[in-house]
Amino acid sequence: MPKVMCLAIPMRIASIEGDEAEAEVGGVVRRVSIALTPEAKVGEYVLLHTGYAIGVIDEAEAKETLKLLEEIASFSEIS
Amino acid sequence: MKFLDEYQNSELATKLAHRIANHSTKPIRLMEFCGGHTHAIMRHGIRQLVPATVEMRAGPGCPVCVTATTDLDKAIALAWLPNVTITTFGDMMRVPGSYSSLQRTKAEGADVRVVYSTIDAMEIARENPKKSVIFIGIGFETTAPTIAASIIKAQQGGIENFHVLSCLKLTPPVMKALLDSGEVKLDGIICPGHVSVIIGSRPYEFIPADYGVACVISGFEPIDILLCVGKLVEQIEAGQPKVEIAYRRGVKPQGNRKALELMGEVFQIDGANWRGIGIVPQSGLKINQKYEHFDAAKVFSGLLRCARNDKPVREPKGCRCGDILRGVATPFECHLFGKVCTPEKPVGPCMVSSEGACAAYYQYGSPESSGKI
Ligand code: SF4
Repeated sequence: MPKVMCLAIPMRIASIEGDEAEAEVGGVVRRVSIALTPEAKVGEYVLLHTGYAIGVIDEAEAKETLKLLEEIASFSEIS
Repeated sequence: MKFLDEYQNSELATKLAHRIANHSTKPIRLMEFCGGHTHAIMRHGIRQLVPATVEMRAGPGCPVCVTATTDLDKAIALAWLPNVTITTFGDMMRVPGSYSSLQRTKAEGADVRVVYSTIDAMEIARENPKKSVIFIGIGFETTAPTIAASIIKAQQGGIENFHVLSCLKLTPPVMKALLDSGEVKLDGIICPGHVSVIIGSRPYEFIPADYGVACVISGFEPIDILLCVGKLVEQIEAGQPKVEIAYRRGVKPQGNRKALELMGEVFQIDGANWRGIGIVPQSGLKINQKYEHFDAAKVFSGLLRCARNDKPVREPKGCRCGDILRGVATPFECHLFGKVCTPEKPVGPCMVSSEGACAAYYQYGSPESSGKI
């Protein structure tokens, strides 16, 4: 678990039970609270901070950013 | 790991750094508000990767570091009250108060326990109904909703022996205080990623509007930070400061509605005392009347007054944490840095906390060290 307090790590929601969920990262499973992210669904990634999922990661936005990064990478190769 | 590895590619980092260098024509100064960013910037050598025109300064975003000595003294005084258990994040243990630390207080026999989450603190309260379990509530908007959620949960579960000493602080008001003071001239701010997951991008809008300072919200991986610096340089070069999100997979303009709602339910805005900065109006959160039976400052106020004996507050001698938190100095400018003050024998909180600027500079940086991811 991160020592740095304001960090939050991306974990995949494996199962949900009420306002709690099992979340997984790198083979480690943790019980987390989803009281702050009631919209979280199984299979989605959440940002975990001190035992709470504080936000759901937006996969579509992540893909957009990666596309932009790829463009930057290929563009700088030409120049 | 997904959502981490793809933002750590060193080849791409070099390309992004080149792009920044190509766009940057004039010297600028950026502040990274968040201690987590300072840590990542030092760890990945980003100060050396960016062109010499871009200066980076650490800011006040280390929750342990900005906790006022008087609040720490209060926590220590609470620890000595009969039947009290103190629960705290681990980083707080070694921070020096005026006369002691929580770690020393524990060694001397008080019941002080490190927890990873408020959920653990609440569990301790549930298992020890005869004890008053007090959680030392430090942190910013990232942590505040987790504390709010735990207070609501304790209320629902009838856990009446759970209490919180709120030292919670708010980001935009302290940014305003730093800009108003004019002590450090800034061109842009690397806005905190996880604070912004909660509050969104709108609360920063007064900064470009009123101060002409560019604001970009960043994630914590090296590629995230370089993307953010690139956007800041572009805005500043174009003379068009605004608020942008360079961490779109995590941050929405409106933030996390549920988290904001729970914060609003439990807390009210109040002045807060910041180490090195002083009292900043409207920059903190206190527990409101409806939940005051969870508020350690209220519940134990009488006992606290007796226990503290009104001994004067003392700051560590020669420590420049205050200047560092205000962005006025870098850790290298403190005479004690690395000589008298090291992570093994820290003098001030900025060397104790893993988010503290002094700890990050000590661990990863010498002024000459070269950048690598
Ligand atoms: S190096 Fe140590 S003494 Fe100097 S400012 Fe940092 S924490 Fe304080």
